[in-house]
Amino acid sequence: MTSATAPATRLSASRLTLGYADRPIVTDLDLQVPNGKVTVIVGANACGKSTLLRGLARLLKPQSGAVLLDGEVIHRQPTKHVARILGLLPQNPIAPEGVTVVDLVGRGRHPHHGAFQRWTSVDDEAVAEALELTDTLGLADRVVDELSGGQRQRVWIAMALAQGTDLLLLDEPTTYLDVAHQVEMLDLLADLNARRGTTIVMVLHDLNLSARYADHLVALRDGAVVAEGTPRQVVTEDVVRTVFGLDNRVIDDPVSHTPLVVPVSRHLRQAQPPTQELP
Amino acid sequence: MTSTAVLERDEETGVARAPRRLGTPLVTVLLVGAVALACALSVVVGARTIPLAAIWDSSHPLHNISQARVERTLLGLAVGAALALAGAVLQGLTRNPLADPGILGINAGASFAMVVALSVFGVSELRDFVWVAFLGAAVAAVLVHVVASIGRDGATPMKLAIAGAALTAAATSWTSGVLLVDKQTMETFRYWQVGTIGGRGLDVLLVGAPFLAVGALLALSGARLLNTLALGDDLARGLGRRTAVDRVVLGVAVVLLAGTATALAGPVAFVGLVVPHAVRGLVGSDHSRLLPLSALGGAVLVVLADTLGRVVLPPAEVQVGVMAAVVGVPVFLFLIRHGRSGSGAL
Repeated sequence: MTSATAPATRLSASRLTLGYADRPIVTDLDLQVPNGKVTVIVGANACGKSTLLRGLARLLKPQSGAVLLDGEVIHRQPTKHVARILGLLPQNPIAPEGVTVVDLVGRGRHPHHGAFQRWTSVDDEAVAEALELTDTLGLADRVVDELSGGQRQRVWIAMALAQGTDLLLLDEPTTYLDVAHQVEMLDLLADLNARRGTTIVMVLHDLNLSARYADHLVALRDGAVVAEGTPRQVVTEDVVRTVFGLDNRVIDDPVSHTPLVVPVSRHLRQAQPPTQELP
Repeated sequence: MTSTAVLERDEETGVARAPRRLGTPLVTVLLVGAVALACALSVVVGARTIPLAAIWDSSHPLHNISQARVERTLLGLAVGAALALAGAVLQGLTRNPLADPGILGINAGASFAMVVALSVFGVSELRDFVWVAFLGAAVAAVLVHVVASIGRDGATPMKLAIAGAALTAAATSWTSGVLLVDKQTMETFRYWQVGTIGGRGLDVLLVGAPFLAVGALLALSGARLLNTLALGDDLARGLGRRTAVDRVVLGVAVVLLAGTATALAGPVAFVGLVVPHAVRGLVGSDHSRLLPLSALGGAVLVVLADTLGRVVLPPAEVQVGVMAAVVGVPVFLFLIRHGRSGSGAL
């Protein structure tokens, strides 16, 4: 979707400091989100990765520095205009009681409507396409409360897709999903990125899945970028030890040939050398 | 949760898993019919039965009584629609399906203002009551909002509910305090407090009409705002809403509607709670359907309750505030017992 003359980044942070009152959570952070790629933000609990995502999505006002969208400060742009370019799926979105899938996905069209504009066939097409891409067309008339966790998450992605934005920010889209549904969800996002060229920025917990799906990996610690680049550049034993404080080995993922982190647990270290196996 | 678990659930309950909803057009037709029926009954039924023809026939001996009943019916329609609309907006605004206008301290504020006006300033005109009660309701709602806004997250639904409950408790105790030492005020207040539309007519309604009109306009045009707010503040803002501004606009609508209705008829409980809740069960949570249909439902409930109140204990009249609760409580209990997801709402 980007032309040859388009800049390499549409969304960036410049000397960004985010936080509450006198307690900064993200400090002086620079970040450039590469266009048309999948960027994954990783880090330990409370390292500021969700805060950073909220800041990029203009939900938090910076204490200093700025987030730039298409070269302009995001907070100075009309929020509805931003909503047509940048979509957001928060960690815990709320499904209104009794809402049907098609109704919920349709609410993603909000930024494309003025105060007195009616629903048009363009909206219908966008919703149908979003349902199709997420394989939720068959669920269209179901009530969201009654879906399984995996189905529900696909419906939320469909809502974000119906918004029709070039950039999509997701805060831990795989939380509460079992490993099969996590892989399914990330495959879906990778497909979107490949087919539509949607720029994706997401916060993920699982380092190995992050390494597998990210084009660009950002490792945060205490609100600052520790390492940034391709998974192979970022996921090293040293970086993982710094970011997570975890003793580890990094090996080659036999399936994707991306780095695979194997934790070394205290329990095993104490047990060495391996004793006779139990009968 | 896996998809197989869902399939099992489906088998257990059969088609019950699919949404069982009457179509919106059917519900609309039924409610409009119910409004017409309720109006006709309200004019006809009473201490004396009046033929509908008396309304148009100025030579009819009962013409004057029929005019009074028509005015009373109009007041009932306005109060009922306003209360239910306010309730529907408030339930969306607070994401609490059990919220009613009382949660913002509106009723308590209006009551306290009335007592002060009666006791300290000696207000006695019905028209002045309307202003005083409205002022009390508005001040209470603004106070609750200001208190709830303190702190870093702003006025969250939870903080609004707590601030509303606190203000209600305080205002109610002050009200009781004044009433305990002032017996004369107690006598007047007692009638206003239960909520009544009897003996009040067009002159009172006309005082409140502009407020109701603006409130209804704000509320009905806020359907889209409510539909995004329902998804949570983060998502609403991600969809391009300025949630703080939306909250204020919708809050003003609630105060105009519920404050004016309370001023006109006294605190009529339950209408703002039950009606939107019931309508949501019928047509779902899309506010562009929920809001107008709630207004119709509220009008029906108040006019019917008022009519019923004239015949249950003849020759006395039971006030609409009491009858609305008498009719509303069984409906509410039925909804909780049989609602598709009533337990989830609690």
